[in-house]
Amino acid sequence: MGTTPNKIAADQKESSQGFVYLPLIAGWLVPGAGHFLLRKWGRGALLSASILGMFATGLAMQGKLYAGAHDILDVLGLAGDLGNGLLYVVSQLLGLGADQVRVTTADYGTRFIVVAGLLNVIAAVDAHNLRTGRKA
Amino acid sequence: MTHFAAVLLFALFASVVFGITQRETPQKMVRYGIYCFVLFTVSAIALSWAMFWIGR
Repeated sequence: MGTTPNKIAADQKESSQGFVYLPLIAGWLVPGAGHFLLRKWGRGALLSASILGMFATGLAMQGKLYAGAHDILDVLGLAGDLGNGLLYVVSQLLGLGADQVRVTTADYGTRFIVVAGLLNVIAAVDAHNLRTGRKA
Repeated sequence: MTHFAAVLLFALFASVVFGITQRETPQKMVRYGIYCFVLFTVSAIALSWAMFWIGR
């Protein structure tokens, strides 16, 4: 009975230690990693599978990876792609993704990749909220 | 892959992330995820029919 308040105090002390932004950065670089760091295995696995699945589906549909920003729409697309963290960097290094949209499904694939990046940012912010105690 | 399959995949992936990140308890996460999935799918079908009738 007496250990419960101690345990809560210990948990609070543990959560206030360390680098607060680590789950945010890890979650951005690798989808789901922020939740894994916080030992939220189930949530992390589902987030990782969803974001990786969406990114891979986008590449399979011959979606385009934005490499530069020539106009405002390219800037927005590049910002979304950068949300994928290391996935984007590795894909660029491996030469994955189409340079230009040539088929109809490639346009959808491009959106899949951008949205995967945006969802990854949402997941990383969620990990940060869990780390700071803003969310249970 | 058909367009409808792409819509379903998009709805599934986005709904999972929305459910987990926007709600706090597992039960609410599942309910919100299903709600988002249905909303994505139904609105895509409704808009498709609307564009079909407008384009005729």
